[in-house]
Amino acid sequence: MREFAFDTAQEPFGQRHPDEPAPQLEARNLSFSAGGLQLLDKVDLKIQPGSRTLIVGPNGAGKSLLLRLLHGLLKPSAGEVRWQGNALDANGKRAQAMVFQRPVLLRRSVFANLKFALSVRGTRGTARQQKIERALASAGLGHLANRPARVLSGGEQQRLAVVRALACDPELLFLDEPTANLDPASTAAIEDLILEANGRGVTIVLVTHDQGQARRLGEELVFLQDGQVAEAGPARQVLDTPQSEPARAWHEGRIYLGPNTQPLRARQERAS
Amino acid sequence: MHSFWEAFAGSFGLVLALDPDLMEIIVLSMQVTLTAVFLACLIGLPLGAATALYRFPGRTLVSVTLNALMGLPPVVVGLFVYLLLSASGPLGPLRLLYTPTAMIIAQMIIVTPIVAALTRQVAEDLNREYAEQFASLGVGPIDRMVSILWDARYGLLTVALAGFGRAVAEVGAVIIVGGNINHVTRVMTTTIALETSKGNLQLALALGLVLLLIAFTVNACVMALRSTAARSAYA
Repeated sequence: MREFAFDTAQEPFGQRHPDEPAPQLEARNLSFSAGGLQLLDKVDLKIQPGSRTLIVGPNGAGKSLLLRLLHGLLKPSAGEVRWQGNALDANGKRAQAMVFQRPVLLRRSVFANLKFALSVRGTRGTARQQKIERALASAGLGHLANRPARVLSGGEQQRLAVVRALACDPELLFLDEPTANLDPASTAAIEDLILEANGRGVTIVLVTHDQGQARRLGEELVFLQDGQVAEAGPARQVLDTPQSEPARAWHEGRIYLGPNTQPLRARQERAS
Repeated sequence: MHSFWEAFAGSFGLVLALDPDLMEIIVLSMQVTLTAVFLACLIGLPLGAATALYRFPGRTLVSVTLNALMGLPPVVVGLFVYLLLSASGPLGPLRLLYTPTAMIIAQMIIVTPIVAALTRQVAEDLNREYAEQFASLGVGPIDRMVSILWDARYGLLTVALAGFGRAVAEVGAVIIVGGNINHVTRVMTTTIALETSKGNLQLALALGLVLLLIAFTVNACVMALRSTAARSAYA
């Protein structure tokens, strides 16, 4: 029932250049099931250092779940996540950071939110002070440093969440639909922060619903459908000349229901 | 009806005159209750937070026990502490029976489960929001507890208030372990009980008024603090 995928000529994602460097982050056969439902099914993924990978797909495709598995917040039911060639461990996790769709800010001031994250990562004294000031400046929140973080506007809160994650100097930053609830100006500010960090060498893995954002930010693109990789490759290629049916439907703005109905039909057949 | 208003007028007189006997009783009451609540928070806050945040064997049992102990009958606690502290009891040699310390112990035992059970609820709610972010940042177990307790501080103020309310109004346990000895272990609630039974309604009523006033003032302070906090979205 999964054959709807993509017997395309294209090779699996990440294996396009035979002599490319070892991936920074790799998912092998990654699966996750809960309550008898296979939510993520044998996902293979390679992410190169310094790249920008966008994960797109409809609601319930498993995008956020994939991000949490890659970040080690959840344990896969099968398969594994490898970080720089080894199994993802606590050190690997500390080299990553994540920004959530709804920013999780402590009930403290803007300044204290940054201070907390840096303290957790063991940064203290003047080094911490400098990083806080740099983070505040890059987010344009300097004048709000002493304000309670949770009275900021949605855009300001998300900017704070992004610079807080970046202040910890991650090698890789996960973002789970960071601009889903934001207006265009706030979205642009977040995207600028992301591109700037990427320019400094931070790998970006971002989940989005927004085709425009996928075009603006994407280098690599992974299209998820029903817990499987429907299509993956260079963002332009997947966006402009999609090979798989789900990606093509997305590209053309059609609503794609095909494989969603399949499990139901399969169940009915089994029942009869 | 006549004696009712007389008692009322007389009680106001006692309060306004800052009658020394009255003052002594009020001060001792506050000392005992505040110490007991402080100690109960010292134990109950981390205990409640730990139950909410950590997975350990017997966690559900601790949770259930704390909830059950919230409804602990004070007289039973009084009896239990009495047995512990009485001359033949295991803690008899400490000679604590009929001292304010005994009353603090009894109130602490009554209040700790309340503080712990309510803290668990508050910490659980906040942890639901923070857990993923903390896991992502790699916050250690101790830091997690400290941060949750600190960020829940205004909610926990209400928890401490609930404990205070229970302790300050408590009479059954402190009368058993304190003995209601004049100038030694006589507190507001035990005095009210005693003076009422003696027919000395003036003093009983005066103390009742003071008790009400204290409860009112403490609640007003906490509410004011919380509304400040809410304005900063800290609560």
